[in-house]
Amino acid sequence: MSLLDIRDLAVSYGGRPAVRGISFRVEPKEVVALVGESGSGKSTTAHAVMGLLPPGGTVDGGRILLGDADLTSWSSRRMESVRGTRIGLVPQDPANSLNPVKTIGAQIGEVFRLHGRGDRRTIRRRVVELLARVGLSDPETRARQYPHELSGGMRQRVLIAIAIALEPQLIIADEPTSALDVTVQRRILDLIDDLRAEFGTAVLLVTHDLGVAAARSDRLVVMKDGLVEEEGPTSAVIADPRAGYTARLLDDAPALSARDFRTAEPGGRGPAVVVRDLVKEFRTGRRPFRAVDGVSFEVAAGTTHALVGESGSGKTTTARTVARFAEPTSGTVEIPGAGPGRLFRRHVQLVYQNPYGSLDPRQSIAEIVEEPLRNFRLGDRAARRTRVTELLERVALPRDVAGRRPRELSGGQRQRVAIARALAAGPEVLVLDEAVSALDVTVQAQILDLLERLQRDLGLTYLFISHDLAVVRQISHTISVMSEGRIVESGTTRQVFTDPCHPYTRELLAAIPEPVR
Amino acid sequence: MNRPKTGLLVASLVLAVVALWALAPGLFTAHDPIAGVPAEKLQAPSARHLFGTDAVGRDLFARVVHGSVHSLSGAFVAVAVGLLLGTLLGLLAGSAGGPVDDAVMRFVDVLLSVPGLLLALTVIILLGPGTVNVAIAVGTGSVAAFARLARSEVVRVRRTDYVEAAFGSGGRYPVVLWRHVLPNSLGPVIALTALQFGMAILAISTLGFLGYGAEPPTPEWGLLIAEGRNYLATSWWLTTLPGAVVVAVVLAAGRISHSIGRSTA
Repeated sequence: MSLLDIRDLAVSYGGRPAVRGISFRVEPKEVVALVGESGSGKSTTAHAVMGLLPPGGTVDGGRILLGDADLTSWSSRRMESVRGTRIGLVPQDPANSLNPVKTIGAQIGEVFRLHGRGDRRTIRRRVVELLARVGLSDPETRARQYPHELSGGMRQRVLIAIAIALEPQLIIADEPTSALDVTVQRRILDLIDDLRAEFGTAVLLVTHDLGVAAARSDRLVVMKDGLVEEEGPTSAVIADPRAGYTARLLDDAPALSARDFRTAEPGGRGPAVVVRDLVKEFRTGRRPFRAVDGVSFEVAAGTTHALVGESGSGKTTTARTVARFAEPTSGTVEIPGAGPGRLFRRHVQLVYQNPYGSLDPRQSIAEIVEEPLRNFRLGDRAARRTRVTELLERVALPRDVAGRRPRELSGGQRQRVAIARALAAGPEVLVLDEAVSALDVTVQAQILDLLERLQRDLGLTYLFISHDLAVVRQISHTISVMSEGRIVESGTTRQVFTDPCHPYTRELLAAIPEPVR
Repeated sequence: MNRPKTGLLVASLVLAVVALWALAPGLFTAHDPIAGVPAEKLQAPSARHLFGTDAVGRDLFARVVHGSVHSLSGAFVAVAVGLLLGTLLGLLAGSAGGPVDDAVMRFVDVLLSVPGLLLALTVIILLGPGTVNVAIAVGTGSVAAFARLARSEVVRVRRTDYVEAAFGSGGRYPVVLWRHVLPNSLGPVIALTALQFGMAILAISTLGFLGYGAEPPTPEWGLLIAEGRNYLATSWWLTTLPGAVVVAVVLAAGRISHSIGRSTA
């Protein structure tokens, strides 16, 4: 008998179908990866299994069998007896999934108390054991700490501890590592693997990252638009995808595609950005905090230079200093050809990570793209309108988006709008701050293609900030790897990827999920 | 989800009727609000006199209907004063930050620390009584609330990527404030406007009741209640019915504010 057996499950939100009749099974001790892009229904499926659909969500049909129990007919009260004891959940966002006003120990202990396991002293002992088991150093201290005192990776370990506390047969991990740095991601996934080996727990791994899924699962279930596109043993699906969609996902996943490295054509236009001994300090408390500590690099005109590093490495601060949204404490940023003051903005533009936050929700797309033209008084009204149409065409957006608001557009479309706005005043340098990190892989691939084409056509210079080495490999000519405010290694993309010198670079490269190659 | 919102419907209806009273009182009552018929004095509510009559035989319903214009226009002026001054202060504090922010907000704290009625009375003593002065006095009392809310919204919007992107697009400071920060900060402020409208009617009536507002025989709502007070033992309708109208309008404004707040959140 399967551990979890989903048959023809259909879920809708207020009449709008999200999952349209899917079936798959999870056998005991098996890792099944549920893969798909945003809106594919993968998270909805996971929530339906837990009986935790958000308000408005209803199961319209099908059955969810856990062992021989049919969960579909169960009341939410009866589901409480299953959650935690037979199914554990590792949620997506470690930052928001813990109660900020309770200690770690109290939150793990709550699982035991809710299910009436043990008295206070036993619970306290079990909590410390669990914290040690998920690899947290000094578990007694951790139990007394509050969530804000822990890093993202540590919080995710705490959430895993909560999920495994009662040794459930099945763990549902909903994007357990999406919010984490790659090296942390790898350790968390290793931990889940270990625990599975030790307790014989089955795992339903919900993820958008085909790289992670390929490296960590026994079987793959690929979802799209609420339907299962393909299902099978992971190695077989990766080696020989039968569905066209799976093939495209594999093709677009930057970690899996083996494109050639980009090499700079010897154009010899000289450097477009020169950064020398850049230092940026922030005043927090008594001692100033050095976010950027003596960073130097050059970007040749018409090429892409990538700044790679994990959160807190200082890469974003460096980028913001280059784009003059922050003043350096010392050191210089030279951008030949850029004007002084406000004119600087005609030469250098910044594209933000989050396309949901960087567009004014009350303006139309045409107004957004036109803004730099209005600010710099470029052309009269008619000329500006022509230019907006031309820009939208350049970023491959349909003409009719001009009158719409940002919320009516998808994430990828919004990022195209942001790029069109950045291009409006005819800049020569674009600073791209994690510009594709918030996007699904297929959209990510399209945006990267667009950026490459724009660079070719307009001779743009990119400073590309990313935590994702796989993406960087695809777009950049040269790379600087940053760690704790310093550049630890730099060189051409080929050098850094094929012959890394610094141990940190090697660790980063090793953390890219590598499936059957 | 699309359950008809009965409360909101009733609230809108109440405000619409009161607005019509103010615009075209003649449509609702044929009686004169000022000249009384001594023979019909202190009559209880009846079909002829819906709200009864007062001590000099004036139709109370006519006085309430004709009085609505005073209360509503007063409330409009009061809210306008609070909205304009408050939003301006909030925008200034929130966008400038630093010492300007501190100075403005400490001034606002001082305003907040004085009870509203006391503050309004102080302003009236400075300006002298009268309908417009009362409205200004009540408006001054709501400046602090508007300033606080507007500042918090401006501070929130000021930190968003799209405002930074607007500066990044070469926008000058006042242009960015006007084009991006102000429109995106106004949602909750509008909701507060509706709420303050109700509160202003209540405050204006209170001041009218205390004798600082319109002069008799103006049929201002607070004044009506004050005049009825002398007959509380014998003629309950003189205080109860105008009071009920004030309560209905205040509650209706609150309900509408609530739904604006929801829809802009």
